[in-house]
Parts: sequence; C-alpha cells; structure tokens
Amino acid sequence: MKDPIIRIRNVSFQRDDRLILDDVSMDIPRGSIVAIMGPSGVGKTTVLRLISGQLQPAKGSIEVNGKEVSALSRRQLYECRKDIGVLLQNGALFTDLTVFENIATPLREHTRLPEETIRERVMAKLDSVGLAGTEELMPHSLSGGMARRVALARAVILNPKIVLFDEPMTGLDPIARSTISRLIRETNDQMGLTSVIVTHNVEQMKKLVDYCYILATAKLIAQGTPQELMHSDDPAVDQFMNGKVEGPISFRYLPGKTDAGASQSGS
Amino acid sequence: MSGFFTHKNKLLTPIAETGHCGLFLIRMIGSIRLELGLLTGTLQQIYLIGARSLVIIMICGFFVGMVLSLQSINALQQFGASDQVSLLVGKSLFRELGPVLTALLFAGRAGTSIAAEIGLMKATSQIEAMQLMAIDPVQRIALPRFLAGLLSLPLLTAMFNAFAILGAVMFSIGVMGLDPGIFWSKLQTGIYFGKDFMGGFWKSIVFGGLVSLVAVYFGYYAKPTGEGVGTATTRTVVLSSVLVLVFDFIMTSFLI
Repeated sequence: MKDPIIRIRNVSFQRDDRLILDDVSMDIPRGSIVAIMGPSGVGKTTVLRLISGQLQPAKGSIEVNGKEVSALSRRQLYECRKDIGVLLQNGALFTDLTVFENIATPLREHTRLPEETIRERVMAKLDSVGLAGTEELMPHSLSGGMARRVALARAVILNPKIVLFDEPMTGLDPIARSTISRLIRETNDQMGLTSVIVTHNVEQMKKLVDYCYILATAKLIAQGTPQELMHSDDPAVDQFMNGKVEGPISFRYLPGKTDAGASQSGS
Repeated sequence: MSGFFTHKNKLLTPIAETGHCGLFLIRMIGSIRLELGLLTGTLQQIYLIGARSLVIIMICGFFVGMVLSLQSINALQQFGASDQVSLLVGKSLFRELGPVLTALLFAGRAGTSIAAEIGLMKATSQIEAMQLMAIDPVQRIALPRFLAGLLSLPLLTAMFNAFAILGAVMFSIGVMGLDPGIFWSKLQTGIYFGKDFMGGFWKSIVFGGLVSLVAVYFGYYAKPTGEGVGTATTRTVVLSSVLVLVFDFIMTSFLI
C-alpha cells in the first residue's frame, strides 16, 4: 500500500467494561477514498474519533500525517486538526449563522485573509457544491442534502489534507445520496485529499471508494477493494455485503461486546 | 451534575463537581485573548442576555419599589416616622434587594437561556464540530457569555434600583402624599456611596459571575439529549439561586 497518511496500529478501545475495538490496524493511503464499514454500533464512528483525537486508545498507536495523535497536547491537537476536515452525521451547522458565515468560520478563525478574499473563497466553495445563491439562508431552511453539502464546503474550506465523513449519506433521498457521493469523489480528486468514510451503505460504497475495511464484533474482519470484498468467501463479509440476516454477525445485543458510536466529546 | 461525575459516594460528587467547575473557570480565564472576536462576541451577548432582560428587570424593580414603600409607610406610621420611608427603601434596595432580586431574575431569564443554548449546541454536535475545526468552544462559546453575565448584572442592578426608586416615589409622593423635599433629602443624606452603593455593586459583580459560571458550566457539560438540556437549565436556576443567597450572606457579613 502506498504511503499511508493515517496509520492505525493494534488499537484497542474500551468504554467502561465494553470492548469496542480490539487490536485493530488500518492504513489509509494518501489521496485515496477509504471506507470503514460494518453493522451499526460496531465502533466505526469511534475509529473516526480516535483519528481526530477526540478519544484516546487504551492500547496501540494512531499516526496522522506523521504525528502520534494520542501524544499531542490540546494546542498541538488543534494545530493538527487544521489539516483535517470533518463532516459529521447531521452536518452540525451553526444554527445561529447563515450558510455564508458557517463556511467562512474556519477562515475567520485560522487565517487573516481580507474580507474580500474570504467572500471569494466561500462563494467558490458554495458554487462547487452546487449551492450558489444560498449564502444568506439560515441552516433551518435547508434540506438534509443541502445542509450536508454546506457542511462539506465548510469541511474543505481550509484545504485540509484529510477529510473524515461520518455517515454522509444517512437519511438522504437517492438523488441527494448520489450528489454527495459525486461531490466526495470530485472534491477528493480535485483537491488531492484523502477521504475516510464511515458508512454501512454497501451500494454507494461499491461505486465510490478505493478500499474498504470491515469491522464486526470489535475486530477488523476484512479489507480490500469493493470488488474483492463482494466476492469474498468469508461468511461474515458475505453476510454484511449482501445483507443476509443469518450468519456469524449477530443482530442481537451482546452485553460487553460492542458499543454504538461514542457520544462524549473530548477536547 | 448533568453527567460528568458518577461517584458512587454521593458526598464526593458535589465536591468533585465544585473542583471541576473551578478548573473550568480557570480554563475560561486562561483562554482570554485581547482580540476583536472576544469583544464583539461579548457585546453581542450583553445585548442578548443583558439588554433583553431589561424589560422584566424594570417592571419587577418598579413594583418592588412600590410594595417596599407601602410596607415601610405602613410600619413607620405607627411610630410617626413615615418621613423616613425613602431612607428605609433606599438602604434595603442598594444593599440587599437590588443585587439579590436582580440576580435571581437574571438566573431565571438569562441563566436558563445560556444553559439551554449551549446544551442544545452540544446536543446538535455544534460544539463537537467547533472542536474538530480546531476552534476552542470554551473560548468562543463559554467565555463571551460568562463575561457578558459578569458585566450585565451590575448594569441591570442599577436599572432595577432606579425603577424601584421611581416606584417608591410614585407611591409615597403620588399616592400617600409624602413631601417630595423630605423624601429626596433623606435619600440623599442617608445613603452612603461606599457602604450602600458600592456594597451592592460588588455583590452584583459576584452574583453576575456566579450565575453565568453556573449557566455556562451546566450547559457545556449537559448530556447531549433533550432530557440533558432540560436538566441543565433546571439545575442552573436552582443552584445559581441558592449560591446567590449563600454568597449574599457571606458578603454582607464582610461588607456591613
């Protein structure tokens, strides 16, 4: 695998007495779109939170852009996050700011650009996600798909090296899903980004991603290109990729085994 | 608290929480930077939580002044000392009732609004988004609201006192027919700038800090659910009201 920008090595993560990730290792190659897939509640979002430094692993190491995330101070972590854009599941737009101000926030906070340049960059980003003309709207007047596209524009406004997507297509209609999917590919290729997508939507991922990791019961059970995984002989992979009810992945709650994505926020 | 500590020993929880709240205050103060963003953010919050509380403060102040003069005149008439009403009303207001009642109204009007707003930002992942954008939410969200509360309460207390005096004037002079000259001269000569006015001023600064600290703290550490936000607002108004009364006694014992 070529030059990984994110290296996850033997990471375990536990909350209370629940083991959420057990000895998980992944490499995310620079410039690629990688999906972390698995059933709901398996710990996919936890992996994103470990990469962004919101959570600390109990064991193992996470290297992002050559820096060990768990060893960074709060100030260093914030510095590191300037190279990481994140699109959260619901978009998480600031409800008291207009679309324009939402996208301009990272620029105002981290650069000293003149107002005219900020305006140009925000309008260009809005245009690139197909939302020119919405700059004065408030977030509550946007549809789910539009809010997700505004959040994407905000996530990449600082030209980060990595973008993390947490369930970017959940709750969207098929057209909005395809639009977001196309935008992720275009943004990734045009800006030379590395994208990590957490999802359980197999159909969209087959078309979009370069490489997949599949988590189940706290472990990494498979990895490969979508085509390789579609033809895998592993019963767990076959069950997940083809949506079968019967198989080694239980849909029942197993105490002490797994946990849904974490809800606490760190620094 | 709204979910941060889960000590099995119930006695330890409030102690741990007080310490955590103290650390949160230190973190807020440590994040102060002399920059335009903090100034504009604080001014905006002064408008939202201070200026928008003005109407309720003025109405309550007016009626408190009226009822205070009604009770005072009623009591003082028995001793033939009803001309002392402005002195009694003034001392009660400047020393105790002004700062305390304004702080309690502020806790109910602005404290709950701060806690609910920050709690809702947490529940909708806006705080998390801010952290992920390498923006410190303590500096951008909590600090301006804390400073706005600290600065607004003394100003609101001044408005409360002014309208309470107005209420007392209207009742004592307008309704009860007291001599305006005696009313104003007693007020002017009997109220001391240092002991009465400044005593209330220091109290209102401390109460402003307490109420806004409790509000931003409970909002910031609210559980990110509807129930968590509700609990944070309830705890804000209850705890800040209790703290205002406790600190009022402590400060009065030093200032008297």
